[in-house]
Amino acid sequence: MNIHTTPQRTPAETALIDAFSDRLSLLPGDGTVMLKRDDAIEAIKSGLPTRRIESWHYTDLRRLLTSVPDFDPAAVAKAIAPVVEGSAVLPVLNGVSSTKVPDIEGIAVQRLSEKLTDGSAAPGLDAYGADDAIGALNTAFVADGYFVDIADGTELDKPIELQNLQAGGQTHVRLSVRVGAGAKAVIVERQAGEGAALVSSVSQLLLEEGADVTWLIVQEQPDTATHLAQFKAHLGKDAKLTLFVMNAGGKLVRQEVVVRTTGEGADFTLRGINLLAGDTHTDVTMVLDHAVPHTASTEVIRNVVTGRARGIFQGRINVHQYAQKTNAKMACNTLLLSDDGEFSTKPELEIFADDVVCGHGATVTEIDHSHLFYLMARGIDEKTARGLLVKAFVAEVIEELDDEAIVEALETRLDGWFAAHG
Amino acid sequence: MLEIRNLHARIVDDGTEIIRGLNLTVKAGEVAAIMGPNGSGKSTLSYILAGREDYEVTEGDILYNGQSILEMDPAERATSGIFLAFQYPMEIPGVATMEFLKVAVNEQRKARGEEPLKIPEFLKRVKDAAALLDMDMAMLKRPLNVGFSGGEKKRAEILQMKLLEPKLCVLDETDSGLDIDALKIVSEGVNALRAPDRAIVIITHYQRLLQYIVPDSVHVLYRGQVVKSGDKSLALDLEANGYAGVIGQAA
Repeated sequence: MNIHTTPQRTPAETALIDAFSDRLSLLPGDGTVMLKRDDAIEAIKSGLPTRRIESWHYTDLRRLLTSVPDFDPAAVAKAIAPVVEGSAVLPVLNGVSSTKVPDIEGIAVQRLSEKLTDGSAAPGLDAYGADDAIGALNTAFVADGYFVDIADGTELDKPIELQNLQAGGQTHVRLSVRVGAGAKAVIVERQAGEGAALVSSVSQLLLEEGADVTWLIVQEQPDTATHLAQFKAHLGKDAKLTLFVMNAGGKLVRQEVVVRTTGEGADFTLRGINLLAGDTHTDVTMVLDHAVPHTASTEVIRNVVTGRARGIFQGRINVHQYAQKTNAKMACNTLLLSDDGEFSTKPELEIFADDVVCGHGATVTEIDHSHLFYLMARGIDEKTARGLLVKAFVAEVIEELDDEAIVEALETRLDGWFAAHG
Repeated sequence: MLEIRNLHARIVDDGTEIIRGLNLTVKAGEVAAIMGPNGSGKSTLSYILAGREDYEVTEGDILYNGQSILEMDPAERATSGIFLAFQYPMEIPGVATMEFLKVAVNEQRKARGEEPLKIPEFLKRVKDAAALLDMDMAMLKRPLNVGFSGGEKKRAEILQMKLLEPKLCVLDETDSGLDIDALKIVSEGVNALRAPDRAIVIITHYQRLLQYIVPDSVHVLYRGQVVKSGDKSLALDLEANGYAGVIGQAA
């Protein structure tokens, strides 16, 4: 007699497993890559994560991922204007990178499909933990993306925009960037599209000694798309990373941020805004490891919640025993604009060093009535005044970026969202 | 222009009655000073005129150009020409001062059926007003009132008043927190707004401000009522003898 211990597969799980069999012959990769794909699909076969897995407690992927669309290789996505005018655009259209990429001094660009085929992308495909469902999904199916190498000492005067545009169906993309010692760059990761797609996108960033990077994730998927994303970064000695995440779309969104400071003097800043409307679910989960002494981090997340939207921020900071003099501060502030909206915050500090400064705070507020009165007393009608105040709440975080072109560009995205949902 | 009739009002939260049968008439072109000791209801009166929701009018009426304004929200009152210069202007992080000024000016123009101001014309008006008030334009690039000193906030209020060109100006303790030089500059700014078709209500604790903005009428508020009215000499009398005499007569 058989005793079934694994629950019955959900339609989404079955669809993913079937899709893997169908796609296998089309997926690029040498032996090592294909073995990693096998491991990854095995992880999916054992079931998508449920709320019983701690890091997925608020996003029960098994329950929330109700269907998985078929691949649609014939679908067409068109490159769009970059967020910051004048950026060099590297497009991935419906999961496929371009053969024609801009030629920029100090930058070498490779299509990821080539690096999968020759196996040089294999080391990056490893899961970072047992609960790495997004990594597994991506490793199983990833077919393309880019590998960008920014040479030591290069200072880019214009941003690079990595544009991942879906056209429905499934796309699984990997964007890998190495920033050489002392190099300086602004990189925009654009996530958008027009279809009811399932997107997995994994970004990997390696900062060598003294590199200085501002990385902007601008996620504006339609409210029919599922967007599962991961951003992984290693910060070398004296490297500085400012990561800005803007979620302004998607039906089911999980953005994981996995950052490790591996060199002394590394400095990590996370700024995030989640603009949540309709009947959507958005989860930002960060795991930050302070692995060496004398590193600093600050995280500020601002959320605007309307409609029946649900949002989550999980911020986990691990301060390793050896990582003395760590300085870490985390804050999550939510403006709740509807009765049915919801936001959950889970800060976790795990500290094994004894000489550190770490703190966190979370607030949930409504619009300040005295502020509203002040604006209205100047003749600004209630709706406009509310809009100004809500925008101000998140714009504060954007303005911290302190670069006029970037601030303006992001505020334009913000205005777009408010025009559609205000 | 402004006629307050037997006004009674209370705090919504706890029902405390603050204004208890207040009568006041201010004509177009008139500068009226409202004086009174702490707690007499001066600031409450200014908030009620502007339409703050924390207060509820239980009796009486406020007529502006013959029309009751009680049913109007703060924005409607403002676009109809009522302006309150706040005693404590709010600091609003994230709202750029210039952007706020532009939205306010153009919302009011829209409500009056006028075209929005073109950017160069708007900037010119702001620059002119700032120069008159000896304000640094760099300050206006900052978030609204954030990090402004007490004096800077008051100047910013008068700057807004100048840009919005209201018909009924209510100045709540505009002199508090101002040093003597700033007081002169702000007073000149207010005096420049004196016009036959505009009324100005100055709420103040001290006679000091009235040396620079000379009122046509002075009203003493005590326990939510106007207990005495007179001309500018009443202010001097209060300065010399305190409120005790006037209040004594009323009680």
